[in-house]
Amino acid sequence: MTEDCASFFSRKRLEDRLVDTPIDESQVRHVAQLARLKLSDDEIRQHTVDLVAILGYVEQLSELNTDGIAETTHPLPLCNVLRDDEPQPSLTPDQALANAPQKRDTFFGVPKVLNQEGG
Amino acid sequence: MSALKRSMTEPGITFRTIIGLEVHVQLRTKTKLFCGCLLEFAALPNSLTCPVCLGLPGALPVMNREAVRLAIRLGKALNCTIADFAKWDRKSYYYPDLPKNYQISQYDKPLCQEGWLDVPGEDGVGRVGIQRAHLEEDAGKNIHDTPGCTLVDLNRTGTPLLEIVTRPDLTSADQAYAFCTELQKLATYLSVSEGSMQKGQMRFEPNVNLAIVRDGIEYRTPISEIKNLNSFKAVRAAIEYETRRQLQDWMADNSYLFGERPHENRGWNDGRQVTELQRSKEQAHDYRYFPDPDLVSVEVGRNAALQGELNRPIDELPVARCLRFQAEYGLSANDAETILAERATADLFERAVEAGAPPKVAAKQFVNVWSKLANEYRRSIAELGIEAKRIGALAKMVEQNTVSASAAKTVAAAMLDSTDGPDFLAEQLGLIQVVDEEELAKWVDAAIAANEKAVQTILTNPKKAKASEGFLRGQVMKISSGKADPGRAGELIAKRVAGLKDQED
Repeated sequence: MTEDCASFFSRKRLEDRLVDTPIDESQVRHVAQLARLKLSDDEIRQHTVDLVAILGYVEQLSELNTDGIAETTHPLPLCNVLRDDEPQPSLTPDQALANAPQKRDTFFGVPKVLNQEGG
Repeated sequence: MSALKRSMTEPGITFRTIIGLEVHVQLRTKTKLFCGCLLEFAALPNSLTCPVCLGLPGALPVMNREAVRLAIRLGKALNCTIADFAKWDRKSYYYPDLPKNYQISQYDKPLCQEGWLDVPGEDGVGRVGIQRAHLEEDAGKNIHDTPGCTLVDLNRTGTPLLEIVTRPDLTSADQAYAFCTELQKLATYLSVSEGSMQKGQMRFEPNVNLAIVRDGIEYRTPISEIKNLNSFKAVRAAIEYETRRQLQDWMADNSYLFGERPHENRGWNDGRQVTELQRSKEQAHDYRYFPDPDLVSVEVGRNAALQGELNRPIDELPVARCLRFQAEYGLSANDAETILAERATADLFERAVEAGAPPKVAAKQFVNVWSKLANEYRRSIAELGIEAKRIGALAKMVEQNTVSASAAKTVAAAMLDSTDGPDFLAEQLGLIQVVDEEELAKWVDAAIAANEKAVQTILTNPKKAKASEGFLRGQVMKISSGKADPGRAGELIAKRVAGLKDQED
């Protein structure tokens, strides 16, 4: 961490930024729920502070003038990395299921899904 | 049901149905979208997976060029703009059939944008706007009906899909049905998809709501999305049901309105023929799309194979070819459509015509003779492997009355087991049509003598006379082992029966 970075994360500056930040505890709870994370109230508070710090740090990027610079979706100077439609060997069912906590025949077994609807 | 129907006819109320469709079409590649695992239906569960399919740490996806090419081909046929720049995004959600916990899809930069598909209907052709068509990977399969746990098969994981999203331009269940069948025709015709419904290669999700007008004021019902339909019939039945259901719900409660009630996800219960509200999630979907760092962009203009696909002229499409078959060859719409059901068969038909087959006769033989043989062998006509030249020659023989249409069936069957021409085979089978008047008279007389009842019917019951004449003609064909010319046999039967009548009078 550079000197600037360290000062950026100082407690005082963090607390200043909390005031006008868009991230609050309810949003952290929402994201935790989406990520299936069970967090205590203390953890929610801590993550809120941490996320504010991280977002604030990244926010510094907005100080740069990016007019006329093309949108970047990937840091690599590559495109069209394509392969031929040729089969490659698959794993055997035994290999595929090697780490499965539960299996039936060659199926993975998972706890019963009640809401039978995917994404 | 009766209550629903009654509500449809309430006076003073008019309504229209607004339908948009999302269709998943499985692309016809040998291997998956991001790995080299084979695509095979009904294989041993979890026998076609690899670290990419299983979402194991460190596994890296690599795009299948063929899938992108097929997507470009279908996108072009749907009159879409093919993007210069398309990218991949992660759509995150948790479900056991999705081992990575995200699906690789295209969010804000889909490969195909803004097109349309013309759909024939009763009131002429209707144009349905296509909002977008993007590539994505399929998920695995969950099996819920086992006791104690849910079973997961990841063979299907990573299957290349093109998701086609229409504008809400469709106005009826019938039109939606026609759109889906037309899209299947197009996709199979262009070899973009096998289009098999049995294998689940096309899946449909209609979005349906109503615009109801009462006393000059328009009310809109909440949109319901009917999930994962896998047959054309289900698409039609589900939309018809939703139309009635939404109208009834609005009549019962006028606050059942778009904006006031949530968007509904509904499942189709095929046994009961109803849609059922699916338990809505506690929280609205929040897929947190973001660019997939493992995959770089698709830039069609910078890849020769993709650019080549883009530049290739679009093949003559089924609708245009069907009209041309009618205009150029004088085929009926039905015959043209039957022949066009499969592209290789339509190509074979045209080659037979080029080889000298009279088109109308050849078409009748495709519909009545070749398709039946093909069915028997569970193949398409083209897959029977008969050369266009021999198919053409048989049609010519029928046109010239060398063999009867019924004898041609026997000759056609013989052609399957032989490389000989139909003329040689007909000769061998003794099916060359006899023009000898004397012999024909013998057969006709024999048929009349053996079927007095039919003759009586012709004489006494004008309503059934036609049918009985046809029956006698069939008997002549039978007695002659197919060698009689049915047209001339018919004439002679009429003459003889008329003679009998004169005698009686």
